[in-house]
Amino acid sequence: MSMVLNDEQRMLKAAAQDFFATRLPVSVLRHLRDTQDADGFDRAAWREMAALGWAGVLVPEAHGGADFGYVGLGQILEEAGRTLAASPLVATALIAAPLLASAGSAAQQNRLLGALAAGERLFALALDEGPRHAPAQTALRASAVDDALVLNGAKHFVLDGHVADEIIVVARTAGAPGSTAGLTLLLVPANTPGLSRTRVSMVDSRNAAHLEFRDVKLGADAMLGALHAGYAQLEPALDGACAGLAAEMLGSTQEAFERTLAYLKLRQQFGVAIGSFQALKHRAAQMLCEIELTRSAVLAALVALDERRAEAPLLASLAKAKACDTAELVSNEAVQMHGGIGMTDAGETGLFLKRARVAQQSFGDAGFHRARYARLQGF
Amino acid sequence: MTLDDFRTDTRAWLDAHCPLSMRTPMPEEERVWGGRQPVFRQPDSAVWLTHMVGRGWTVPTWPTEYGGGGLTAAEAMVLKEEMQRLECRTPLFGFGISMLGPVLLKYGTAQQKAAHLPKIARGEIRWCQGYSEPGAGSDLASLQTKCEDQGDHWRVNGQKVWTSYAHLADWIFCLVRTDTNTKHGGISFLLFDMASEGVEARPIKLISGASAFCETFFTEVRVPKDQLVGRLNDGWTIAKELLQHERGMIAEIGRAIGATVPAVDVVAQRYLGDADGRIGDPVLRDAVARHVMDDHAFQLTLRRAAEESEAGAANGGLSSMFKYYGTEQNKRKFELILKCAGHAVLGWEGEGFDEPALLACRTWLRSKGNSIEGGTSEIQLNVIAKRVLGLPD
Repeated sequence: MSMVLNDEQRMLKAAAQDFFATRLPVSVLRHLRDTQDADGFDRAAWREMAALGWAGVLVPEAHGGADFGYVGLGQILEEAGRTLAASPLVATALIAAPLLASAGSAAQQNRLLGALAAGERLFALALDEGPRHAPAQTALRASAVDDALVLNGAKHFVLDGHVADEIIVVARTAGAPGSTAGLTLLLVPANTPGLSRTRVSMVDSRNAAHLEFRDVKLGADAMLGALHAGYAQLEPALDGACAGLAAEMLGSTQEAFERTLAYLKLRQQFGVAIGSFQALKHRAAQMLCEIELTRSAVLAALVALDERRAEAPLLASLAKAKACDTAELVSNEAVQMHGGIGMTDAGETGLFLKRARVAQQSFGDAGFHRARYARLQGF
Repeated sequence: MTLDDFRTDTRAWLDAHCPLSMRTPMPEEERVWGGRQPVFRQPDSAVWLTHMVGRGWTVPTWPTEYGGGGLTAAEAMVLKEEMQRLECRTPLFGFGISMLGPVLLKYGTAQQKAAHLPKIARGEIRWCQGYSEPGAGSDLASLQTKCEDQGDHWRVNGQKVWTSYAHLADWIFCLVRTDTNTKHGGISFLLFDMASEGVEARPIKLISGASAFCETFFTEVRVPKDQLVGRLNDGWTIAKELLQHERGMIAEIGRAIGATVPAVDVVAQRYLGDADGRIGDPVLRDAVARHVMDDHAFQLTLRRAAEESEAGAANGGLSSMFKYYGTEQNKRKFELILKCAGHAVLGWEGEGFDEPALLACRTWLRSKGNSIEGGTSEIQLNVIAKRVLGLPD
């Protein structure tokens, strides 16, 4: 298990850095927000990303993907995080692609993976039903009626929920909320009758939606993987989501830190740069330590996922927990150390703060992942 | 040989040569420091040391001509990992290995290297470090111990303090003032025998009850002229570099000491666990998880730094970060053990407490020194801010 990037991965990272800096700088997110853009992301830019092979990084080559692995996608996500780039990378490339590739039938894969890799179809994972990540609490019911499955219930805070062409729904087919047994994954086309989608406007200006399912009827071919066995399919994908999102958060955190550092060297008070004050120096040095620890945890998780190592779940929780805590620390300090400028909407520091908090809650916050890590370690 | 082959061979060799009694957690008093009168509390410690000296693995990365193993950094990391896997004890400790050796390799004359390095590698001479003085702690460069050129020898007068194990050491490497007109530029790096006339070391009793540190007095000490390392008045350059090694070592020592008591999660399970071993107190469970996870991330960072260094992409200033984080983490570990075990680990001595509990208490107190010695945490943060982050003075 190598803890340094190889040449290809470094080149991909450099290409991604260049792409996001020129094509999707922070100002693009601001523009999407201020114009209340209906899609919430730049479709032309997404087509360019797909052409670069980034939509299908995790898609097998047989289906037109790049099959470049989680470490590769992690580098793209980290650079996307630096500019707070809004794109379908997380919902479609990071989460849906490996889920389809691992759980999908041959027919489902043939129908969807090529279109996914080409950037032509967008996906969303409809999982959580409350304000905090809790897969076991899934209550949305899929009942067998005649030959069909009928869905009733609601999903909240679904990433890309209103722009996705296909929704992967986590439904309860057996058991009761609180148990991860008895869950089933279902592929629901967005235009299925009975499904209504309401976009919600989150503080980070990224896409999210509430989904309502009222007597949504699906054929048996909608099932992704086996009946009642959804969690076994879902959990590795969630580990990937955590590691990938942690990489994105690492990029945002690194960027917020570097901007803060530049400000500490620039801003003069009492006739000197404020970065010469020990009170601020020490906090900056402590942030660096946390960022370096986070970087190691994120890379280890991405590598473990690619190598299908047994400790991948443990490392994914480690990466997400560290990324959450470090993002919270650095985003808060970034605002504080920028002083009044950090409080203005014209400044960009606030955008990093807002994105950090939403990302912290996505797929489990630090407390969720500490509890999971403890469980996995047997304490 | 590929790294994987090296790992396989190393594992087999360690398994064949490391006595089973040397694959147990090491109480601090069983640590082997070598020296003119070496102490082996366990006979197997001597056997284990002899085997490792034979391979040059007391100092794995040093050149073989000076008693080292000639390993690359990556191979040394593999050796370390395999020793950890088999729980092999570190065969030899000492400031000669971790601090003086690297300095001599870089700045020593051929004669100095040949005179001192093999003896360090074999554990024949135990070294101590004369840095801090009563008036020179964090502001180390204000040191005043006077070293005067007497033509055919140096004459040393002054006092050092916090000199670790000076009362047990055979030789000292010492920062001395050779020019009083300039601060940093008037310091030299001198080696001399602690048996020299005019040297006196007095142990200082610490809050843990131990006396690892001394006040060390020099009165009219005569030192041969060829025992000054590097150039006259250029000792600060060496001192700064040596501090990097010291910081790395203290972070390691802190962890090694910490490793002699059970891991935090084990302590928490023992005192707070339910039937399934799950820590019943949710607040402490979260705190324990946070601690264990930070440890995990720290270990991954040590590994990443070693691999980056091997790949020629070394991240400067990381040793300060490791010293700071490792020692603070070690302190947090013991505070957490106290919270989990309560009065059971607050015993001082005698009946009613088992050995590990008494050791945990003493080690908790000892750990407070980790973030003071070798440059305080505050000094480490200053160094990171300046060298890594480029923040202005």
